[in-house]
Amino acid sequence: MTTTELAPPAPAAAPDKPRGRRPGRLKGDAWPLLLPALIPIALFSVYPLLQGIYLGFTDSHAGLNQVTQFTGLENYQRLMHNELFWSSFKIGLIWALSVTVLQFLAAMGLALLLNANLRLRWLARTLSLIPWAMPPVVTGIMWRLMFDPNSGPISSASQALGFGQLNLLGDFTTALPAVIVVGVWAGMPQTTITLLAGLQGVDDSLHEAGAVDGASPWKRFLHITLPQLKPVIIAITSLNFIWNINTFDLIYVMTNGGPGGKTMVPALFAYNEAFRYGHFGIAAAMGNVMVVVIIGLLLFYLRSRLKEERR
Amino acid sequence: MSSGRTSTAGRAGQYVALAAYVAFLGFPLLWLVSTAFKSTKEIALGGAALIPDAPTLSNFSDAVHKANLLQAGLNSLQVAIATTVLTVLLALPAAYGLARFRTVLRPVTLGWVLVSQVFPTILVIIPLFLILKQFHLVDSLTGLTIVYVVFTLPFCLWMLIGFVSNIPRELEEAAAIDGASRLRILRSIVFPLLRPGVVATALFAFISSWNEFLFALVLIQTPDKVTLPLTLSRFVGAEGQVQLGALAAASLLATIPSLLFFALIQRRLTSGLLSGAVKG
Repeated sequence: MTTTELAPPAPAAAPDKPRGRRPGRLKGDAWPLLLPALIPIALFSVYPLLQGIYLGFTDSHAGLNQVTQFTGLENYQRLMHNELFWSSFKIGLIWALSVTVLQFLAAMGLALLLNANLRLRWLARTLSLIPWAMPPVVTGIMWRLMFDPNSGPISSASQALGFGQLNLLGDFTTALPAVIVVGVWAGMPQTTITLLAGLQGVDDSLHEAGAVDGASPWKRFLHITLPQLKPVIIAITSLNFIWNINTFDLIYVMTNGGPGGKTMVPALFAYNEAFRYGHFGIAAAMGNVMVVVIIGLLLFYLRSRLKEERR
Repeated sequence: MSSGRTSTAGRAGQYVALAAYVAFLGFPLLWLVSTAFKSTKEIALGGAALIPDAPTLSNFSDAVHKANLLQAGLNSLQVAIATTVLTVLLALPAAYGLARFRTVLRPVTLGWVLVSQVFPTILVIIPLFLILKQFHLVDSLTGLTIVYVVFTLPFCLWMLIGFVSNIPRELEEAAAIDGASRLRILRSIVFPLLRPGVVATALFAFISSWNEFLFALVLIQTPDKVTLPLTLSRFVGAEGQVQLGALAAASLLATIPSLLFFALIQRRLTSGLLSGAVKG
C-alpha cells in the first residue's frame, strides 16, 4: 500500500469562532473513541515490537522452560561471522535495489502512457492493477508456472528458438534475476498509481510553454515533469525499497532461498533461524539489523522531504 | 504530457509500448488460467499453447479433493470476514476521533501508522508467537484474527481519517446549531457521506487478511486450520511430483474473491488511492 503522506491535511483554523466552544473541542472527548483501537494495537503490536528489539540482545530460543538471558552484542558478533548472514544481506540489498529501480523505471513509463490521451487507456489501467489483487503466494506460484522448465512458456519459447530448456529459477546465475522480474511485476500497480497521481498534478501550462519554445518531449519530461514529481518519486521509491527489503512470501514460494542460497533474502534467513532452528535471539538480531537499515533510509527520506518543504 | 503534438509514429510507438505492458502484466494470469484448464498429459508434453487442446475441469476437482481446499477456503473466509468487521468497528470511531478532536493521541497514532508500515514483520512475529502461546492462541483462527486486526488497523485508520477529513466540518456544525444531537449528526450526515470510505477500508482489510501468508505460516500448524495461502504453499512444497494443473486451479480459486471484490469497487479504489495516497 502507498502510505506516503501520513498526516491528513491539518484542520483549518477558524478564527471567527471562539475556540473551545465548538462541539468536540474538549481534549478528553476523543479517548473513549480511540482506546478500543489503540489497546489491541499496543498489546499485540507495539509491545511485541519492543520485545522483538530486546530479544535481539538475548539468547532466546525455542524449547521447554528455557530461561532467556541478556547477552548484549553476542548475537551480532555471531552474525558477523556467519557467511549466510552476509550473503543474505547482500542478496537482500541487490534484490531490493534492483526491484525498486526497475519498478520505478517501468512504472514511470506506464504512468506516462496512461496519462497520455490514448484509446483503450481504461483497459490498460484496469489490467495494470491485476497484480495488486493477487495473493502474493499465488503470484509466486503463477510465476513458478511461467518459469517451469518443462511446461512453462518461457522455456518452451527458448526450446522453439533452439536454445534448449531453461530452468531460470533453478539456475545459480539466473535465479536472482528471475525473482527480481517477479518483484517488479508484483509491485507495479502501487508504483504506477502513485506516479500517475503525481503526473496529474503536474502543471500543464509549463508543458505548453515548453512546447512553444521548441523543447522536445524528452527535454520537457526531464526539465518540467521530473522536478515537479521529485517528492512523489522520493516517497514511493524509498517506501518501495523498505517493503522490498522485507519481502518474504514471494521468494519463499518461488525458490525458498535456493538454489544454493542464491535467493536467500534477510527475512527468509531470519525466518529459518527462528522457526526452523529455534534461534529466536539470532533471528531478532537480524531483524534489528534490518531496522537500522530501514531507519537510515527513513531519515534520508524525511530529510529530503523537509528540504523540499522548505523551498 | 501534452498529447496534441505527438507524431503518428510516436503515437504508434506509444501503443506498442502499452501493448507490451499489458502483455507483461496480464500474460502470467492468462497462463495461470490456461494451465488450470489443461489436462495433466498436455502439461507434461510441454508446449506453449495458451488455449488448452481439450479443456478439462479435472484439475479443479483434484485441487478441491486433494488439497483440502474447501476447508482452507472456509477458514480463510472466516478469518477475513471477522478481521474486516472488527477492523472497521474499531477503526471507524477512532478515525472520527482523530479527525475531529485535538488530542495527544493523534501524533502518537499517526506515528505508529508509519512505523507499522516499515518494520520487518519477522521482528514482531517472534515475540507475538511467544505471547500468543501463553494465551493458547497459537494454532487457532482466533489468534490469527487478532493478529490480522492489529496489523490491518493502522492503515485502515489512516485511510478513514482521510475520508472523515474530507467531510466538511461545517455540515456538522450547521446541524448542531439547528439542534441536532451528536448521534443524530453522526447517523444522518457523517455515516452516509462516509460509506464509500468504509467500503474501501473494508475491502482493504478483507484482501489483506485473505492474502496474508507469513503470520499464518508461523501461527497455524493443524491441517484443518490452514488458510488458503498456506494450503497453496504446502502444495508447492509437497514431496515428489507437483501437479501443476491442480496447483494452478487451486491458485485460481484462491484469487477469485480478491479479483471479484476488486472488480466491484475498482473505480472507487483507484480514485481513493489517487486522492488519498500521495499528495507530494
